[in-house]
Amino acid sequence: MADVILELRDVHVSVGDTEIIRGIDMMIERGTVHALMGPNGSGKSTLSLALMGHPKYVVTKGDIIFQGRSILDMAPDARSLAGMFLCFQYPSAVPGVSVANFLRNCLMARRKGEAPLTPAVFKKLLDDGCARLKMDPTTLRRYVNDGFSGGEKKRLEMLQALVLQPTLSILDETDSGLDIDALRVIAEGIEAQRSPERSVLLITHYQRILNFVKPDVVHVLIKGKIIKEGGPELAHELEAGGYDPLIKELVEV
Amino acid sequence: MALKPQELVDQDYKYGFRDDDVKYAFKSRKGIDHDIVEQIAKIKDEPQWMRDQRHRALDIFFAKPLPPWANLELLNQIDFADIFYYMRASDVEGVTWEEVPEEIKRTFDRLGVPEAERKFLGGVTAQYDSEVVYHSIRKDLEAQGVIFTDMGTGLREHEATVKKYFGSVIPAADNKFAALNSAVWSGGSFVWVPAGVHVSVPVQAYFRINAESMGQFERTLIIAEPGSFIHYIEGCTAPKYSSNSLHSAVVELIAMEGAHIRYTTIQNWYKNIYNLVTKRAVAYKNAHVEWVDGNIGSKLTMKYPAVYLMGEGARGEVLSIAYANSGMHQDAGSKMVHAAPNTTSIITSKSVSKGGGQTTYRGLVKVYEGCDGVKSNVRCDALLMDAESRSYTYPTMEIDAKNVRIEHEATVSKVGEEQLFYVMSRGLTEVEATTMIVNGFFEPFVKELPMEYAVELNRLIALEMEGSVG
Repeated sequence: MADVILELRDVHVSVGDTEIIRGIDMMIERGTVHALMGPNGSGKSTLSLALMGHPKYVVTKGDIIFQGRSILDMAPDARSLAGMFLCFQYPSAVPGVSVANFLRNCLMARRKGEAPLTPAVFKKLLDDGCARLKMDPTTLRRYVNDGFSGGEKKRLEMLQALVLQPTLSILDETDSGLDIDALRVIAEGIEAQRSPERSVLLITHYQRILNFVKPDVVHVLIKGKIIKEGGPELAHELEAGGYDPLIKELVEV
Repeated sequence: MALKPQELVDQDYKYGFRDDDVKYAFKSRKGIDHDIVEQIAKIKDEPQWMRDQRHRALDIFFAKPLPPWANLELLNQIDFADIFYYMRASDVEGVTWEEVPEEIKRTFDRLGVPEAERKFLGGVTAQYDSEVVYHSIRKDLEAQGVIFTDMGTGLREHEATVKKYFGSVIPAADNKFAALNSAVWSGGSFVWVPAGVHVSVPVQAYFRINAESMGQFERTLIIAEPGSFIHYIEGCTAPKYSSNSLHSAVVELIAMEGAHIRYTTIQNWYKNIYNLVTKRAVAYKNAHVEWVDGNIGSKLTMKYPAVYLMGEGARGEVLSIAYANSGMHQDAGSKMVHAAPNTTSIITSKSVSKGGGQTTYRGLVKVYEGCDGVKSNVRCDALLMDAESRSYTYPTMEIDAKNVRIEHEATVSKVGEEQLFYVMSRGLTEVEATTMIVNGFFEPFVKELPMEYAVELNRLIALEMEGSVG
């Protein structure tokens, strides 16, 4: 049997009294890239924040199994250390904390009880990441997301993913608001994470990122439910016809 | 057994140990009156003019009311009759640590003072309750003519200079606590930097209150002659007691033409200490005065370091942080008085309130008529850690000149759920994430500190954040 990294079993998620995710099942196998597509308001961001353990996004029913164990009782930091990573759509600023210092702390959190990272190894990790994402290395001295443009924020999210090497990266609309060049760089960053060991859940509204990153599986999320699944061809179908035919289908059912 | 340090029960204040077995060479009775003042002056064998000045100041202290705008709920708890105004633990002032009585030396060892001295300081005075017990200055500084000594010695050995400047910046009548200090002052530093001498390493004064119900009233006077530079650092801690103690210092700085004084304070009193301090500088033509002021501890701090910009081109800066936890009130700020054209001032104030603690920024920017070309920038940022904590901002601007540029900006923010979640999602625990956010908030202050202090301050904040979350 294939090695399943993430399994969602009838997951329901509420924010306050409102149920947004209304029962999702999904299986992500090791080494695969999944795309989760859906129109605005379908629950894409809600799902990604719930997966990472945001306290406001409560799983009211079902279970999330990550690498063989339920993570519902795990805090966000424990989920991170277990190998999950969320590329935020709207990452927060941390004024006064440099990108380098931030990343050092994130790495140290993973090495508790181990020998500390040598400065040379750390520098090489960061330099390689910057080169790959075509980031100005002076970014490392800037404060985390403080005064960053939209594109700079997305690149920093990708840099963190490259440095922290999670087992599962969840990318929440990392492609939105980017021009074509930036999109290409981000796509390259995603491809760089593709390995037999690691998996990616790419959450997006638009098909265009999928011109650069070829998903193994495409899920379509509408109104809190996955209404269709398929291979890469499903993304092209959506590009041609939009979400409307699917929504219509849903209403008629 | 010579020393019985009381180990901490809780880990939040690592300086809370005390020496129970210190034998005081002299201890005044509790309370304050003219007899006590006379006794202090007599022990110090002071000249008549200083004695007279002390008695006049005491009358002013009696006559003056508490400042009506202050936190009177806390201030009124001070029982002036229940305080020791003068306590001397040792009859000798050591010039080597071996000469300092063993139990006192051990206290300063634990506080890391001799170690810091060896590593990077140009001179140290260590004050224990009322008197300085240790004092040193590096030979090369002494050879350049730099004077760095305790205030009592300064008065004995440099009487004319002290008489000229003592109280010239902060007269006894300035406020009730300046009057009290002027009446019962003891210890503190006297610093004189000759013209053109650039003191490249900081000098430090360390203030320790050991006794219970103690009043510490050090008096510091720094005179930087034209074109000179000095960086003076002070640190303060006290043991944990349930009764209150009072620390009421007066610090006067005089920066002559083109001189530069940087005065750094890391105040980490235990939260039974009233820290009511008056600090003021005068800056003459093209002089530059910086107050770098860190307030981490105390029950109530009232402190508004001031710069009077008296000559054209003078520059005053205050960079302060305040941290108030449960039961604490940091009432701090700054005063910038522009009394000459083309003078510049910058005030940057950052405060963090937690667990119901209160912080207040209280500031004044005054520009006298005819002082064209003045520039002033005031920025106050407050960070609230929870819904119970409070932050207040009282900026006052009195601008009587035209052609000036005055800027003021104030922000209040909360450690947001989103920010915390973001940092935690990278693998940091809630405590680690909060510590990182608070350290980042204080970063503009911390980066102005010598490396050793910056590391210590970051560590201190990490300790403060523990147990705060949940």
